[in-house]
Amino acid sequence: MEYDHILIRYGEMALKGKNRKSFILQLQNNLKQQLEDFPHAVVKRTQGRMFVLLNGHDSEAIIHKCKQVFGIHSLSPAIQVSNDEDEIKAAALWALQHERDVRTFKVTVKRIDKNFPIRSQQMNQILGAHLLSSTSGFSVDVHEPDMELKVEIRKEATYITSRIIPGLGGLPVGTSGKTLLLLSGGIDSPVAGFLTMKRGVEIEAVHFHSPPFTSERAKQKVLDLAEKLTHYGNTIKVHIVPFTDVQQHIHREMPEKYAMTIMRRMMMRISEQICKRESILSMSTGESLGQVASQTMESMNTINEVTNYPVLRPLVAMDKDDIVKISKTIATFDISIRPYEDCCTIFVPKSPKTRPSREKVNEIEDQADFSELLRKAVDHTDVVTLTGKTGTEDVFHDLF
Amino acid sequence: MIYLDNSATTRPDPSVLHSFQQVSEHFFANPSSIHPFGGEAEKLLQRSKEQAAELLQVQPDEMIFTAGGTEGNNLAVKGIALEHRNRGSHIITTEVEHPSVHEAFHGLERLGFTVTYLPVDAQGVVSTDDVQDAITDDTILISVMHVNNEIGSVQPVKQIGEVAKQYPKLFFHVDNVQGVGKVPLDLAESGIDLCTISGHKLHGLKGTGLLYVKNGTTLFPLFHGGGQEKSFRSGTENVAGAVSLVKALRLTIERREVGIRHMSQLQAQLRDKLYTMEDVLVNTPEQKAAPHIMNISIPGLKPEVLIHMLGEKGIYVSTKSACSSKREDESKILAACGYGRDRSTSALRVSFSYDTTEDEINTFFQELKEAIGRFKAVME
Repeated sequence: MEYDHILIRYGEMALKGKNRKSFILQLQNNLKQQLEDFPHAVVKRTQGRMFVLLNGHDSEAIIHKCKQVFGIHSLSPAIQVSNDEDEIKAAALWALQHERDVRTFKVTVKRIDKNFPIRSQQMNQILGAHLLSSTSGFSVDVHEPDMELKVEIRKEATYITSRIIPGLGGLPVGTSGKTLLLLSGGIDSPVAGFLTMKRGVEIEAVHFHSPPFTSERAKQKVLDLAEKLTHYGNTIKVHIVPFTDVQQHIHREMPEKYAMTIMRRMMMRISEQICKRESILSMSTGESLGQVASQTMESMNTINEVTNYPVLRPLVAMDKDDIVKISKTIATFDISIRPYEDCCTIFVPKSPKTRPSREKVNEIEDQADFSELLRKAVDHTDVVTLTGKTGTEDVFHDLF
Repeated sequence: MIYLDNSATTRPDPSVLHSFQQVSEHFFANPSSIHPFGGEAEKLLQRSKEQAAELLQVQPDEMIFTAGGTEGNNLAVKGIALEHRNRGSHIITTEVEHPSVHEAFHGLERLGFTVTYLPVDAQGVVSTDDVQDAITDDTILISVMHVNNEIGSVQPVKQIGEVAKQYPKLFFHVDNVQGVGKVPLDLAESGIDLCTISGHKLHGLKGTGLLYVKNGTTLFPLFHGGGQEKSFRSGTENVAGAVSLVKALRLTIERREVGIRHMSQLQAQLRDKLYTMEDVLVNTPEQKAAPHIMNISIPGLKPEVLIHMLGEKGIYVSTKSACSSKREDESKILAACGYGRDRSTSALRVSFSYDTTEDEINTFFQELKEAIGRFKAVME
């Protein structure tokens, strides 16, 4: 026996008034795209619900994919059988035994087709007794079961669902515009990207690359991080900005303790230019408050001065532990802790100014001309497009 | 040369050797090194996992590369027992396991674990009911081989997996060293938590192996160190070995369907011939047996003598399994099947590959017949 479809429930989205229809269509599209590798899977819609028909594909693999789609509140694998007592019994038994870490269960029968000869309550008892006598190690718990086995007897067929798997929640990516994520290679910025996507925002990323101070592997690390984020949305464009000249200029011309603040202002200026070019309406960063000495209110105020684009900071209220937890669930943590230098860590001053002021920084910046360097950095920005499909170029292919 | 000892080891495929050499030459960096060259090696290792996972229809991070079957079996058995001993101290296996499982269980017994060794029937097959009956609240591990290395019996691992699923706290390990490419097994669907695969049994290289460790399963490592392979198996990764193993696995799986049919035919033909010889008893069961092994006994005849006589003609077969052939005396497996000493001390094993030909089998049979005749003439 096999699960033959997956029931998709969407929560918050159902409330979104006039936008509802377009949100649901977007979700259906995103799901279809996520299931591209499963040619026979079909995403179907009915009132308030969505189904994925497996048509022979492995349910676990598809569930795994569905768990990466924003806008899904929960999902359940389900089996369809005909309205026959023995078939229902067999399917229920299979569904119970198929799950791991289940010790207690409860059966809930809904008899919608009143032609079915056995009443719901009676069917509950029949199924419960059948499951208990055919297995060992399970018991019934009607209050807090590990698994609720739902049996819906409809006119056309009977549907059996077992576990309820929480989805990611949020809104379908593509329903809330686009942002430019400043992706450094650390733990925070990919999580910031993930959380922005959760609100339905599509992302592009910008990374500042300073060869030879930062290596190709540092760049690859950022691409790998962005690749992980593609699993939750669509294709991601990563803008790789050649930043060496700007950084060297800062290093030579600016007082050391202001170098960090000024470097970040330069990054904001370049990012804003990219936003304009790409028609992106906001930026997102992994900034928080008080995590490191430079993340102060003064610092934020001074850095933010150079742009009037909205800067989304989804991590601002979060503790480091929670950020790490998310980075582990989205599999960016192991990539983030790879030990390559990024552009932020290479020219770190010994004692950075942690409470800079706008006036002072403007005064200092005026002593050097950055405009030409910034223009060149923007012009020479490389774009790498990540599709979530690994192994496009293949030097390894012949080895396998 | 007529090589009929493929259950002991196989001839490495030339293209597998080629891959090994290519990787050793061009990607020899340590995957943990942070320079770009190390990065390449790391990527290649990751690619190996993805390829292996695709072939076995599981997840890439469920692939742990080892140095072979013995290591895989030890890591699975001891790794589970030691890591989860606070959950219970009862472990279950069968009487017909390979020594790398059997002896690991013995070792754990000395450390205080209680072991149930399940008996087998005359076909060498364990009963699922016996497995179920042996499980207690204290059981944390069941280890059952898929295909027996001496007589080729196939254990009902899928059914045992169904039983194991009902006990969330225990882990189920399958030694699939002899089964890969011979008897298909669906890892993800069989309730299996760990599964051992060896490279050199599939035309790969010695010193390569793979342990499937289902996501969420933790192990106490045999080797502590730099934390490679999810910390389950420290030591600089053998990237060339991993690539070669995955290549061997792909070649095997691609040829599997045709290969199995071919070997089954050879096996049936040989069986019919052997049935005509009154001195020969066939130990490999007719039902529930893998297609590549034919185990026979010739009571009253020391198998070593036959092996040498056939060896002189360039025909290579073995007694018992090569791993335990150095030890004297009877086959534990045949004894467990209920056969007397006569039969259990006089066994020969013939094992095929996809490339074994009908001619080779015919020649083997003729030479076997002749050797037995010569032997009997000497003894009379």
